[in-house]
Amino acid sequence: MNRLRAWFLAPTWTVMAVLFLGPLAIILAYSLLTRGAYGGLSSPWTPESYQRLVDPIYLTILWRSFWIAGLSTLICLLLGFPLALFISRSGPRKNLYLSLVILPFWTSFLIRTYAWMFLLRDTGLVNTFLQKIGVIHSPLSLLYNNFAVILGLVYGYLPFMVLPLYATLERLDQNLLEAAADLGAKPWATLTRVILPLCEPGMRAGTILVFIPCLGAYLTPDLLGGGKSVMIGNLIQNQFTTARDWPFGSAVSLALMAVVMTLLLALARRDAEDLL
Amino acid sequence: MECVLELRGVSKHYPSHRAVSGVSLALARGEFFSLLGPSGCGKTTTLRMVAGFETPTEGQVLLNGEDISQYKPYQRNVSTVFQNYALFPHLTVQQNVEFGLRRRPGNHYAQRAIQALELVQLLGKEARRPNEISGGERQRVALARSLVLAPDVLLLDEPLSALDPNLRKQVRAELKSIQRRVGITFLFVTHDQEEALSLSDRLGVMNAGELQQMGTPEEIYLRPRTRFVAAFLGEVNWIDGIGVRPEATRIAKEPPVERPARPATVVQSTFLGNCIHVEARLPNEQPVLAEVSRLGEGFRAGDPVYVWWEPADELVFQ
Repeated sequence: MNRLRAWFLAPTWTVMAVLFLGPLAIILAYSLLTRGAYGGLSSPWTPESYQRLVDPIYLTILWRSFWIAGLSTLICLLLGFPLALFISRSGPRKNLYLSLVILPFWTSFLIRTYAWMFLLRDTGLVNTFLQKIGVIHSPLSLLYNNFAVILGLVYGYLPFMVLPLYATLERLDQNLLEAAADLGAKPWATLTRVILPLCEPGMRAGTILVFIPCLGAYLTPDLLGGGKSVMIGNLIQNQFTTARDWPFGSAVSLALMAVVMTLLLALARRDAEDLL
Repeated sequence: MECVLELRGVSKHYPSHRAVSGVSLALARGEFFSLLGPSGCGKTTTLRMVAGFETPTEGQVLLNGEDISQYKPYQRNVSTVFQNYALFPHLTVQQNVEFGLRRRPGNHYAQRAIQALELVQLLGKEARRPNEISGGERQRVALARSLVLAPDVLLLDEPLSALDPNLRKQVRAELKSIQRRVGITFLFVTHDQEEALSLSDRLGVMNAGELQQMGTPEEIYLRPRTRFVAAFLGEVNWIDGIGVRPEATRIAKEPPVERPARPATVVQSTFLGNCIHVEARLPNEQPVLAEVSRLGEGFRAGDPVYVWWEPADELVFQ
């Protein structure tokens, strides 16, 4: 039995070791080395990259990443919950609506982000339309700011909120909703006292699935933020490309990972407490 | 008789089938009324129309004389005990019982919830979650959660079917005693004729969406109006078009004096503990089942016997 188990787990362990633990060890080593004169790495070993993390410039970027990711996650939750609820109540049309939710995945995220640039820029569809109908006289600055970044993140990650919420709502015992109405709960009370509390696992899963990629996003802030709304993902990318500071880039990556791990562990502990 | 709940020609038609057709009945206050029938006969749909989860296609549901057919479930002073109990898993036992109280005017929620839990003998479990108590206890929480609201009618949708058979009889007795104590009208839906007979003041038998007969357990069992009702409430021997219950069927090795009897041959004798089931066959191959006391004479396969019954025990249909 144990040998069989070892054989079944071997492929997963191999993949994890080669593709996850190995690169992680390399990044850890990089982060403790000194940057080379023309990029790359050189000796000696030093914790200097980590000491630079507390520089206010980087703390500002970290803070901005957190609030942009947090706000995007919150908006996804506020938009995703009613949508998931609607889909779970749509009877035979459920599958159609679910495919519409995941339809954007059929094209590349990059192309979809470019499409937003065309929509939002000064001569884009939105500004042209608003000017044509006379609502505004000069174009609104919709692109290259925090608004555009949050819009892009919400657009990109909304399905990751909707799907786990839908799964939870779908599994919800319909009798519980009837029981609530039967006991005198009006629809709003049923929503707040029964559906929402029972949806908590789905909300937690959706929040993790949206918040973590938002926190590390670099494509959306790069294209829609236009360098004005730098997030931690852009910082890391810059260190490996233009700044040619691999040790610092590695240190920032590991710091981001540590923060995410801490958050996940905190949530996991709450789950464990719920079971007790 | 003060009528608390009345159904007037209530029907529920779905595009594909007619679940309920023209059901009329009236429940007296404090009565224990059962709707009995096989699965798919429309009894649960009828219950759901009283609860407000379904709207009748035709007819009216009257509660205390008021037409509530179009009212939402939360506007009706009736309460349901669901087959799977439908307890809120995120709330404690006490919070479950308080749920309905907090949705309507009043106060002393905690005190009233505790009283209801005392009624169903669940004191000491109020802080538990539904997944931390047994099936029988969950059933009693569901009962307390509804009873605490003092509904005009308590609707019970096969509440005993999820319990294991040993527990079922015990809970059945408790249910009846609780109903007597609180004096609330019970509308009980079941497919188990023993439950319906033992619990009810009156019962109605449904088949294919129609209410076939209403009456006291004795009336229904002893004077069924249709063959379906006769057969659904217990075994029936059909001998030349006449129905006789096995316990009214007499069987002996010697023919009775001054009574016509039919000769038959014993096929099998089954010992059931409290009685013996003797299966015999008439010369025309018709089977006959007789329920006899184990204190009487014994029968073995192949024994030539005589079967007869009292004319008063014949089931007559209109």
